[in-house]
Amino acid sequence: MKLAYWMYAGPAHIGTLRVTSSFKNVHAIMHAPLGDDYFNVMRSMLERERDFTPVTASIVDRNVLARGSQEKVVENITQKAQQEKPNLIILTPTCTSSILQEDLQNFVDRAAINSECDILLADVNHYRVNEFQAADRTLEQIIRYSLEKIEKSNDLVKTKTSQPSANIIGIFTLGFHHQHDCREIHRLLKDLGIKVNLVIPEGGTIESLKNLVKAWFNIIPYREIGLMTAQYLKKVFNMPYISTTPMGIIDTANWIRQIKNILQDNCKINIEEYIDKQTRFVSQAAWFSRSIDCQNLTGKKAIVFGDATHAASMTKILSQEMGIRVICSGTYCKHDANWFREQVQGFCDKILITEDHTHVGNIIAEMEPSAIFGTQMERHVGKRLDIPCGVISAPIHIQNFPLSYRPFLGYEGTNQIADLVYNSFTLGMEDHLLEIFGGHDIKTVITKNLSTNENLQWSHAALVELNKIPGFVRNRIKRNTEKYARDNNIKEINVEVMYAAKEALAG
Amino acid sequence: MAKELLKFECETGNYHTFCPISCVAWLYQKIEDSFFLVIGTKTCGYFLQNALGVMIFAEPRYAMAELEEGDISAKLNDLKELKRLCFQIQKDRNPSVIVWIGTCTTEIIKMDLEGIAPSIEEEIGIPIVVARANGLDYAFTQGEDTVLSAIAHRCPELKSKNSFVFQNFFNYSVKKSSLPLVLFGSVPNTVANQLTNELKKQDINIAGWLPSPRYNELPELGEGIYVCGINPFLSRTAMTLMRRRKCQLIGAPFPIGPDGTREWIEKICKVFNKKPINLREREEQIWSNLDDYIQLIKNKSVFFMGDNLLEISLARFLIRCGMIVYEIGIPYMDKRFQASELNLLEKTCQKMNVPIPRIVEKPDNYHQIQRIRALQPDLVITGLAHSNPLEARGITTKWSVEFTFAQIHGFTNSRDILELVTRPIRRNSNLKNLGWSKLVKI
Repeated sequence: MKLAYWMYAGPAHIGTLRVTSSFKNVHAIMHAPLGDDYFNVMRSMLERERDFTPVTASIVDRNVLARGSQEKVVENITQKAQQEKPNLIILTPTCTSSILQEDLQNFVDRAAINSECDILLADVNHYRVNEFQAADRTLEQIIRYSLEKIEKSNDLVKTKTSQPSANIIGIFTLGFHHQHDCREIHRLLKDLGIKVNLVIPEGGTIESLKNLVKAWFNIIPYREIGLMTAQYLKKVFNMPYISTTPMGIIDTANWIRQIKNILQDNCKINIEEYIDKQTRFVSQAAWFSRSIDCQNLTGKKAIVFGDATHAASMTKILSQEMGIRVICSGTYCKHDANWFREQVQGFCDKILITEDHTHVGNIIAEMEPSAIFGTQMERHVGKRLDIPCGVISAPIHIQNFPLSYRPFLGYEGTNQIADLVYNSFTLGMEDHLLEIFGGHDIKTVITKNLSTNENLQWSHAALVELNKIPGFVRNRIKRNTEKYARDNNIKEINVEVMYAAKEALAG
Repeated sequence: MAKELLKFECETGNYHTFCPISCVAWLYQKIEDSFFLVIGTKTCGYFLQNALGVMIFAEPRYAMAELEEGDISAKLNDLKELKRLCFQIQKDRNPSVIVWIGTCTTEIIKMDLEGIAPSIEEEIGIPIVVARANGLDYAFTQGEDTVLSAIAHRCPELKSKNSFVFQNFFNYSVKKSSLPLVLFGSVPNTVANQLTNELKKQDINIAGWLPSPRYNELPELGEGIYVCGINPFLSRTAMTLMRRRKCQLIGAPFPIGPDGTREWIEKICKVFNKKPINLREREEQIWSNLDDYIQLIKNKSVFFMGDNLLEISLARFLIRCGMIVYEIGIPYMDKRFQASELNLLEKTCQKMNVPIPRIVEKPDNYHQIQRIRALQPDLVITGLAHSNPLEARGITTKWSVEFTFAQIHGFTNSRDILELVTRPIRRNSNLKNLGWSKLVKI
């Protein structure tokens, strides 16, 4: 047992449901107790989805406990097949069905006899995999099953398209800025003269999968979901794939070069010229990091935490492209820890792999960065500690589903990220002016006592001096000074002590 | 005309509602010195964290005891594990009571929470209350019912059987003396005060509330105590109070809407032989305050999909406001506990001269959507899973969960109910001339 207040990655069935409800005309039936269909609320609220979420529950209640589901699941499946006429129904196990150990495959087989549509049992174990792993597996399972079936009936189109083309695999419902990223990848590919063959799973249908293999290669924008599918397609159909995330100027360029490698002579445009033009003139990010504004960010300390994809990319962008010092970079994707370490090695002082949000919070409090780039949880830690935070990764709230165009990938993505970073740190000039004029924040924030020792006396002059310090660092200076005073057995803090503390810290 | 009778139907039970563990959200705030420990899986945790949103970040007094594979396969010892967590909670938060919320998983693996609790309780010296608020047996607000009925066992025993009789005998002239009346149901403290004052006006002083704002202020219970519920989903608690604590239940409609509140007070007055003072006038005055809102909803139709058991009381109030109710979906219908409320519903329908709506227990959301399509009601009261899709199809909706979190009890809050009910109507009438009320391609 584990005492937990909050979790980063959701339970397995959420992953499965994200895959199924991303497809068009695929229905999921959860084998779950009343109230476990909260996924529908999330999709309807966070994504502001206009359509009914194609997820129903076959309710596990007291009767099911006593006698087993018996006809119930089968009936629910056949009924849904008649009502909605989906192409595919996915029976989704939950934590409850994991322990009940009913033979769900048997229900699927029996339901298949009387139904027109295909029926699959999602192969996920609640206690072994999390949301991302489950989504990755389920997507692979659906693609494998569908392609094998299509191939059997000789409907699979195996000839490649005449023009270079690509599939984008891994755009999901409830994904962090996925819709915007997808549009941006479309734009990049169009520039490179590449057609988008299929986007999977968001908005895709099972029928359209017969054209999947027509593409020349696959693009996997996110590390967490889609890799298994790409590996399967590589193994069986020899389709190459690109798993680099085109986030940041450097990685976007790498990504384009990998495409060039795959296309070889079929790439009509001069890609180095293209990259150069985009980098220097279309994207504003390269110029931004050179502009004097960004000088103020030099050596500022930041902490990064999130899913493996976004945290790794963000760490690289901050340290390589903006000259910011990443004092700690971490992910909650424990299952992918090795990859993450490899990615951020050399770009940060410390690597953190944990699923415990209090651990992350403590490290932030200890290291006192100037800015945090993390999830909604880190945003709240930041609020408490008065440290600004830019949200770069799920878990997210409704405000992270913006209506306007906000990609994180590609060249427009670099602009968005530059804005996010810049706005997160206190504006450089403001910072400077505050120091010169002693701050505009006149209300005595120092009464919000963060120190534990009440015996320390601040002299009037020292308090006045403390007030001159800009609001956003004042508490830290106060704490550091008090720590210094305690360490040196000083009872009254005057201006001299403050400076001594500052010097001691600098040394 | 032959008297029309209430009709009850029952469907498949494939409907959307919140898991009953959500009751920790309001109960931990109500019982200020409590700590709620939900013993369940990631699924439960994920639900709580998403449903309760920002509250998670405010260092709430609730947490998950997240079961891992070792707990399920009994490789780990439940007693030891729970003891470890409870010691930690005691160290970090020092609550006066720890409430264990049993979930589907603890039910299925038959974790003996009731058996384990006493020994840990003895060791750490904090009472541990066990409530099985799981989705196998209950829906949404019924979670509160399981917790309150568990807490009812912990209320101190009435010191002397006749103490109230004596007290009243000796203090006959003293106004302050309270009648042996305990109200049950969790409402915010302001609402509790409003209801208490409302009864005080009738010279009825109550002996206490279940739950009380602090755990060690729970009311005394026993033979001779009258109890009265303020929420329609508290049937288990009522049963516990009657059978186990030998209390006498006052069956009344629930104090929701001015009509419900008046009937509720009248019933209590009747039990204690008090002649209602100024009650009708007060009701009339409240109704007249509601007039602007009533004009907005009069003769409009409403459809309750059903998810929180407040449906009968709300439907009854809305019918009295002049609305036409097509269907009352409800997760579970205790005809005995809600008898007076059902009776009032029937009377209200006759009075307003509208047909009695069908009451659908354990509804099937799919079939309900078909009926909504056919009936095209002016307002659908439903959960968040269906709100946006219905709105996109040009059907006005009100999010039902808001009724459980808003203050809706008593005369004072009647306007708040209509505020909620009319809000989508007011909003949509602001937008109605724009020509884009249907926002899906068909």
